[in-house]
Amino acid sequence: MTAFPASQMIVSAIFVVCIATTVVGALIAALTARIIRSVCGLMICCIGLAGLYYFLHSPFLALMEILIYVGAVCVTIVFAVMLAETDEPVREEKRWATLLWGGFALVISVAIFWGLWHMGAQQDWTAPVTRVSDGSVSAIGKSLLTTYSMAFELISLALLIAIIGALAVARTGRTKP
Amino acid sequence: MNPLPLPDRPDIYYILAAFLLATGIFGLLRRRTLIGMLISGELIFSAASLNLMAFNRFRAPDPAVGQIFVLFIMGLAAAEIAIALSIIIAVYRNYRSVKTRELTELNG
Repeated sequence: MTAFPASQMIVSAIFVVCIATTVVGALIAALTARIIRSVCGLMICCIGLAGLYYFLHSPFLALMEILIYVGAVCVTIVFAVMLAETDEPVREEKRWATLLWGGFALVISVAIFWGLWHMGAQQDWTAPVTRVSDGSVSAIGKSLLTTYSMAFELISLALLIAIIGALAVARTGRTKP
Repeated sequence: MNPLPLPDRPDIYYILAAFLLATGIFGLLRRRTLIGMLISGELIFSAASLNLMAFNRFRAPDPAVGQIFVLFIMGLAAAEIAIALSIIIAVYRNYRSVKTRELTELNG
């Protein structure tokens, strides 16, 4: 490939940094008590995911991940946090009940993680025989406007309905008496 | 050991996607406000997207299909966030709270 020494190691190090960013962001998003920190954790997780998409040969989706998730979704959640005070409530119930539910959630998620780990790592997935396209942006655009044009139109309709529905739902209670 | 370089090994992506899904489900069960549950739901969406992208990169004959699928997932997630946040704000206007423990009017 390249003649630059240790380039493979540098690429692997960047990859590990992306994975660590994703993992740390997900843990922050799931574990912190304050919601605004949780939103920041989601942002960090999405930035790491964008790096992973780049490693998966899709720079277009890496850009879209940052644009949509970090730029739109997280900022919208921050607006909602601003409008409604949303910190985690103090634990008013009994201590053992909290521990019980936390342990229940932990057991379920660890079981799912363990099962999927074994399924993903030990299954012998079949590799594709041939590649019919190169997966570039122009290939995405072509199949988006030919094969998947129906889904493309439907999702634009869904977004339009979501905008109108969000306006209609959030408007109630704001009319002047 | 393994001759493949680190970014070209598919099992790393599968395990990371499983971790994201487990973290999202853990947060979904543990959170006690609506917005916290929404954030955990976004983590689950991310897990699904990463899994689709990994299979698209390593196992699919047409690499454009998975990218289009993930693009649609992102669009639907944006629509879902818009609707869910407007519902949360409407709920906050009515109840002055978004804690799931206090929204129990349908609890019988």
